[in-house]
Amino acid sequence: MRGIFLFSACVCIIAVAMICIFLFANGIPFFRKFSLWSFLTGQQWSPLREIFGIMPMIIGSFYITIGAVLLASPIGILTAVFMTYFSNEGINRFMKPSVALLAGIPSVVYGFFGMMLLVPLTKDLLNLSSGKCVLVASVLLAIMVLPTIIQTSAAALSAVPSNYYEGSLALGATHEYSVLHVMIPAARPGILSGVVLGIGRAIGETTAVIMVAGNQARMPQGITKGIRTLTVNIMMEMGYAADVHRDSLIATGVVLFVIVLCINSIFSYINRRRVIQ
Amino acid sequence: MKSIDKSNSIRKGSAPPHTGSIAFKFVTYLCAALTIFALASIVIYIFVQGIPNFFFYDESGALHFKSSLFDLKYTTDNVSMFHAILNTVYMTALALLISVPLGVFGGIYLAEYAKPDSKLVKVVRVTSETLAGLPSIIYGLFGMLFFVNAIGWGFSLLAGAFTLAIMVLPVILRQTEESLLSVPRSYREGSLALGAGKLRTTMRIVLPVATPGILAAVLLSIGRIVGETAALIYTSGIVAKVCVSPLDSGRTLAVHLYQLQQEGLHLGEAFAVAVVLLIVVVIMNAVSSKAAKKLSSKG
Repeated sequence: MRGIFLFSACVCIIAVAMICIFLFANGIPFFRKFSLWSFLTGQQWSPLREIFGIMPMIIGSFYITIGAVLLASPIGILTAVFMTYFSNEGINRFMKPSVALLAGIPSVVYGFFGMMLLVPLTKDLLNLSSGKCVLVASVLLAIMVLPTIIQTSAAALSAVPSNYYEGSLALGATHEYSVLHVMIPAARPGILSGVVLGIGRAIGETTAVIMVAGNQARMPQGITKGIRTLTVNIMMEMGYAADVHRDSLIATGVVLFVIVLCINSIFSYINRRRVIQ
Repeated sequence: MKSIDKSNSIRKGSAPPHTGSIAFKFVTYLCAALTIFALASIVIYIFVQGIPNFFFYDESGALHFKSSLFDLKYTTDNVSMFHAILNTVYMTALALLISVPLGVFGGIYLAEYAKPDSKLVKVVRVTSETLAGLPSIIYGLFGMLFFVNAIGWGFSLLAGAFTLAIMVLPVILRQTEESLLSVPRSYREGSLALGAGKLRTTMRIVLPVATPGILAAVLLSIGRIVGETAALIYTSGIVAKVCVSPLDSGRTLAVHLYQLQQEGLHLGEAFAVAVVLLIVVVIMNAVSSKAAKKLSSKG
């Protein structure tokens, strides 16, 4: 039995190893024909003419991710502050399941909501030719990463020792002042790790983005124009791609994989430092 | 959870409330309201737009339930979602059948057998964190390269189920480990003192106490499996029919919704699918938090 337990624990290791091996092994043939540099910095993506440059998608991914996190971080952190310091049992009994539900809604439902409501709304409000744009994608992604940021920040805030708070009150500060100037700074590493986790979520999101971002493979042209991300590039074209085109999509996957791994290691670095402190 | 007294009696009778403090308090209220507003607008919009699609009026103006939405066979006329529901149940069962034993046994090893600071535990922790952070499209890509092509299952439920099983494994593994670790030491000592072996103690005494926590993780995993699209389109495929053998290709509910919105012809039916998906997720969430609460009340 112990052997079975041991094997089961090792499945995670095996899975990560297999994912690395299969992604890289299938991605590398592409780089025999095309240089990595021109793939990463090329500004044009036209698979039919065998021109593969994913710069627009890399920038696109970062564009909407930054937009989403800029929107979601203040709202998420302050919602966590509300839940920890200004709310009461009764309100939290409603808030916590709500946040959990927000985290549980499938991305395809988010995407559908964005496509049917946010896209036409933005089109009419801003008088655009199409409502599928960076702005809508960022807003939708912001809602999607909100629960991640709220849950991590709330956990970080409630882990701050309460004598920090009492000390601040004893010095004559108000409840609000103590929260803003003592408790939030003390929870900063934890809050930061929540934001980084949110960035990882946002950059990897596919289904919701594909439905609202417009998906044009060109350099970003402002927040009211369409954009394509790395994830969308894979999902959209994998269905009919063949040969070099297919290899280029797997190579796109490898680039995305490496970006996500970098973000995740930043996250675990912050977490580890927090534990040591 | 928090033992801070929020009434702040010190302020009473002393200096008038600080303007900055009031402004800050107001902003936090506003943000919380925004969060709830976002959730409410999604849920209400989907339900209001979706529920009417389950009904139709006949010539005399009487309201009927549109049972053709649940016809056994999918055609472009009835746009039935029944095949997708069956496939979703099938897919969920298969994926759980693979991931639950692996996750629970792995969690048992980490919590009960491994030395807390051993190298293996550290590596498992790092890799499970890595898995938890990977985007679903990467899983889809891997599933396609490995299960579909390399093993040669083709687009099939089995390929999709294995892909999803890897995806939810870290959640179940970590939650099992944490639930087991929260079981008091005295339970184990009592059982061992009565002469039970290590395995018997783990399976008969510790595991049952930790079950609600594990159940919470499993229910959350069901939510993820039911809602997944990006990892499934290139592993289990998009064929609109009921799967009989695990090697058949078929679409789940979420994929069905994705395909309907892409075709753009049956948006009413797409709304109906979104309603079903949302209901499933709400139920899973509710039961899951109830199970988690049961664990914490025992501990």
